[in-house]
Amino acid sequence: MDVVTQMQRQLIQYTSSLFQEFNQLQQLQDESNPEFVVEVVTLFFEDAERLLNELSKSLQVEQESIDFRKVDAQVHQLKGSSSSIGAQRVQRVCIAFRNFCEQQNVEGCLKSLQEIKQEYSLVKTKLETLFKMEKQLFAARGSISR
Amino acid sequence: MWFKATESCNCIEPQWPADELLVKYQYISDFFIALAYFSIPLELIYFVKKSAVFPYRWVLVQFGAFIVLCGATHLINLWTFTVHTRTVAMVMTAAKVLTAVVSCATALMLVHIIPDLLSVKTRELFLKNKAAELDREMGLIRTQEETGRHVRMLTHEIRSTLDRHTILKTTLIELGRTLALEECALWMPTRTGLELQLAYTLRQQNPVGYTVPIHLPVINQVFSSNRAVKISPNCPVARLRPHTGKYLPGEVVAVRVPLLNLSNFQIYDWPEVSTRSYALMVLMLPSDSARQWHVHELELVEVVADQETELTAEQRLMVETILKSSNLLATLINDVLDLSRLEDGSLQLETTTFSLHSVFREVLNLIKPVASVKRLSLTLHLASDLPAYAVGDEKRLMQTILNVVGNAVKFSKEGSISITAIVAKPESFKDARIPEFLPVPSDSHFYLRVQVKDSGSGINPQDIPKLFTKFAQSQAVQTKGPAGSGLGLAICRRFVNLMEGHIWIESEGIGKGCTVTFIVKLGIPDRPNESKLAFAPKVPGNHVSTNFGGLKVLVMDDNGVNRSVTKGLLLHLGCDVTTAGSSEECLRIISPEHRVVFMDVCTGLDGYELAIRIQEKFKKRQDRPLIVALTGNTNKVTKENCMRVGMDGLILKPVSVDKMRGVLSELLEHRVLFEAI
Repeated sequence: MDVVTQMQRQLIQYTSSLFQEFNQLQQLQDESNPEFVVEVVTLFFEDAERLLNELSKSLQVEQESIDFRKVDAQVHQLKGSSSSIGAQRVQRVCIAFRNFCEQQNVEGCLKSLQEIKQEYSLVKTKLETLFKMEKQLFAARGSISR
Repeated sequence: MWFKATESCNCIEPQWPADELLVKYQYISDFFIALAYFSIPLELIYFVKKSAVFPYRWVLVQFGAFIVLCGATHLINLWTFTVHTRTVAMVMTAAKVLTAVVSCATALMLVHIIPDLLSVKTRELFLKNKAAELDREMGLIRTQEETGRHVRMLTHEIRSTLDRHTILKTTLIELGRTLALEECALWMPTRTGLELQLAYTLRQQNPVGYTVPIHLPVINQVFSSNRAVKISPNCPVARLRPHTGKYLPGEVVAVRVPLLNLSNFQIYDWPEVSTRSYALMVLMLPSDSARQWHVHELELVEVVADQETELTAEQRLMVETILKSSNLLATLINDVLDLSRLEDGSLQLETTTFSLHSVFREVLNLIKPVASVKRLSLTLHLASDLPAYAVGDEKRLMQTILNVVGNAVKFSKEGSISITAIVAKPESFKDARIPEFLPVPSDSHFYLRVQVKDSGSGINPQDIPKLFTKFAQSQAVQTKGPAGSGLGLAICRRFVNLMEGHIWIESEGIGKGCTVTFIVKLGIPDRPNESKLAFAPKVPGNHVSTNFGGLKVLVMDDNGVNRSVTKGLLLHLGCDVTTAGSSEECLRIISPEHRVVFMDVCTGLDGYELAIRIQEKFKKRQDRPLIVALTGNTNKVTKENCMRVGMDGLILKPVSVDKMRGVLSELLEHRVLFEAI
């Protein structure tokens, strides 16, 4: 029991340390939709990783033949997704990235891409930790109730 | 002195003796020649003086000189028949020489003149021809004009009544008169549609019910084109009156008359006329005359016959407009009647329970198109403590609000109009304007305060008292806005007064906008009525999770993550959510059961197109779901674009649960929600 409460408290603390909008997302999870957060976040991971790969490919070509419109569209998508789940820092870098695209500044774009990748990996780590903790808690609860 | 001796007088003897017969005749002839030669120029001069246009005067002078000299020569010749002096001979020689010179000059000049004179004649002929041609053309134009006038008169006559029988009879009579016809008849299709029955004739008062089968080749030929066709006088439709074989029947022409089959006109519900039915009009020229059908007469007949054709889209629009205008006119007349009843105090307010929100919603719907055409933004704020239902005269309250908002829109060229409605509380009521008025709410009634603020042309504060006067309009108002009857505000004040309230206008001056406020007393219903809306929130403005009870919504977003999040949000609020990942998918699965469609408009113009296509898909407004845009774009252009394509709402992302709850509540009540950007 003690372990469980402790775990719960840890989880709560951890969650509240996360971005605030994520809490909004958590609010949507209820009995009718128990796996909501996991589903959305997994979707986000898949989406983001695909977009980041495509962005790397788009920017690796010859400088003259970079299709900035396509890059911009992709960043816009990433910005939309990240804002939905509340990953604000990713979103902010996306905005900067879009500015560089408009200016057709290749260096700026490459730099932004790096930043996004960093922010994204941070988010991913945090969320993965969260899910692990939740799983542990669930397992602990389950084992105790047995 | 020429009787002197020949040697001393140096005279010349004529060749012949003076008393010979021949010489005598010569003498006489010379005399007459001289006479003639002197009188011809005189005659010429006389006639030239008479005519003003003869262009060759100097020619005549020359000619005259020639003739005169010739005459002189012959005259002087008279003296040479007898013995004459040398002087005479010299004069004679001089005259002859001069005559020779002049006559040669004249001869040479005539060579130049005669071709000219001849060509004058040809020019004259040419001009005469041209004049004849012009006359003919003038005749033609005049005939055409006459025909045009006749058609106009005919059309006017025909259109002066809506009764079909009168129309047809008038057509026949007028055509008969204009074209001087012997007979004119109309064959109408019978009910079975298999025969044509003689319905009207010009000369015979009571046509016997002749019928002819409709599928005769000649009839088909006439029905297949809209031209007037010459038919044989022997065909059954043309045998309209018995005539003896002696007389040659005049030429007969037949034309089809399309019949309008719509029995009643309903707006938005035009029945398609797939099978056209025609009547046949037969026109007969007088027999025994050599008259033939002229082209312009045939044209006239065709135009007249074509009067009753299927309405084109343009005409349909006009008819709809007529219907709507006449409805409006009826309403206006009722207004005036109301006013007269208000005047003598016989108007009584009706009392019903009605939804306050729906009143504002209706007003907004009516004014929205006009406002958006003028690019005015309309915002409505209803206080949260405003009762959902009230007891009072719904129609007159709506009229008042509509009139006030309508004025605001009318007199604003640009900017925004805001409508706020709150419950008036006595403590917050500090209007110095009407100090004697103190709204005291009680358990059974409350005071509704509505304020309409516009940023339009404003009013001179001095003119404000006049505004409520019937039929009076201030100069500024008249020049700036469209003409109104000036009754509106007067009626509004009467209604507001009847509702035990007050209405007043404030304006800082011309160009500074205007604020109209009114307070009316409305009753509170005893028990809450059944909600007309299927999804009324249980406790509005509360943090208790409102259940929207299975409200069917559709979410369109091409971003998977966003889609899931929005879906989760709506599921959490108890909605029944369907998702679509693209515009095509959205259009495929949308149905009238969906009450709201949330669509993402971050991705270019797709969203706007989709909004338009959805509106096209659902003709009737009440069937179609509310269209709400979700966007992260915080710029006015997006908002304007959304309003322009007819969307019902716009929300800014990110959307929290509470925000979505509020949004859904507001949407379902007001059917419109444009978040302030």
